[in-house]
Amino acid sequence: MVQELGYLKETPSQTAGPYVHIGLTPNFCDIGGVYEDDLGSMMVNDKTLGERITVTGRVLDGAGALVRDAVIEIWQADSAGLYNSPSEMRGTADPNFTGWGRCATRAEDGVFTFDTVKPGRVPFKDGRKMAPHITFWIVARGINIGLHTRMYFPEETEANKADPLLLRIEHRERVDTLIAVREDSTYTFDIRLQGDRETVFLDI
Amino acid sequence: MSDLTNRKPETGAFFARDRAWHAPALTPGYKTSVLRSPQRALLSLDGTISEITGPVFCHSVIGELDNDLIHNFAKPGESAIGERIIVHGRVLDERGRAVPGALVEFWQANAGGRYRHKKETYLAAIDPNFGGCGRCITDEYGQYSFRTVRPGAYPWPNGVNDWRPAHIHFSIFGHGFAQRLITQMYFEGDPMIWKCPIVGTIPDKRAIEQLIAPLDWGNTIPMDARAYKFDIVLRGRRSTMFENRLEGN
Repeated sequence: MVQELGYLKETPSQTAGPYVHIGLTPNFCDIGGVYEDDLGSMMVNDKTLGERITVTGRVLDGAGALVRDAVIEIWQADSAGLYNSPSEMRGTADPNFTGWGRCATRAEDGVFTFDTVKPGRVPFKDGRKMAPHITFWIVARGINIGLHTRMYFPEETEANKADPLLLRIEHRERVDTLIAVREDSTYTFDIRLQGDRETVFLDI
Repeated sequence: MSDLTNRKPETGAFFARDRAWHAPALTPGYKTSVLRSPQRALLSLDGTISEITGPVFCHSVIGELDNDLIHNFAKPGESAIGERIIVHGRVLDERGRAVPGALVEFWQANAGGRYRHKKETYLAAIDPNFGGCGRCITDEYGQYSFRTVRPGAYPWPNGVNDWRPAHIHFSIFGHGFAQRLITQMYFEGDPMIWKCPIVGTIPDKRAIEQLIAPLDWGNTIPMDARAYKFDIVLRGRRSTMFENRLEGN
């Protein structure tokens, strides 16, 4: 007999369900007094370095209907391209920037919004620089396992053309599903779960 | 995290996810998944620095009653109604290593199966002393624990007569965003588990059993609370001994 590898299996995912707000954004769903603030509701403060931007959007299902009960989390580098994480070995990220945000889509209009900064570029494994991007993670009722995707910036034409992840998208017309629409300092990133113009989701 | 251990933080990419072990996106028995499941294949890529890194939360975000659902929404001197239980366990990775400093958040219905949520209309009563949310951060051995009341089963509009088994929702952050996981814990011996379409989204019975917490008699506190043990396994991380990587990994 050979030695045992001894690996465990990852705990299987289950849907976050329609009442995900109770656990992740209790103040948003009127459960006050347990937590002072909803975690992830503030990514920046007065001292945060970099270009201030707003990232907003909606989540749509396969019939084009709004997903009004999703929770979105984002994870991104600071304006210098450093992550606020213990696994970041290249330097120390801006202490006034969390890099992580969490926002529920509003019941009324299905909109999520983050006030953040534009991320700097970070390296791919072979040293090539990736284009500036924000990592998204989406959970909701009906989603069995959280969906990972990325948002890229429309003004970064050259960087996007050379981005190692975007280059791997075989059907080139789908690249646009990862690129936000810009108006001044607001970037709109709609996430289509299924069907026409379905967002590219990642197994990463 | 860095205050818990003198080990260097690990920076390897995570093991690829075994997507046959998890539920597929499209599981028609769970009706909402029909329009909320991507139809195109996922784009696969070995983890980059954007997924290998992730937020780590400071113990200072945790309030004194955050892991006590019996009291954290109750009026002074009052407590939630229901079977008093302790839920505890370890957060490990697939290599069996403890994950210290992991934020674990949980939420649940009250003892009657009623959630405190404006969209919820089930006729079972709200408990005025029960909110239903809690959180904690794992210690240096990866251990977490909380006190709560055992949630009731709860009916939902899927099939004509579908009921969720008693369950507690869990959200876990490891050390990298690729480890991000939301799941549900069930209770040993509950016959409802095997009737549930959401449980049934998971194809492998062994994977379902990984979500069932056994009664932990040893840790039950006499005249106070029974204990259930629920260990959580996050994606393992490649060691980097032979990976000669450039900056960023």
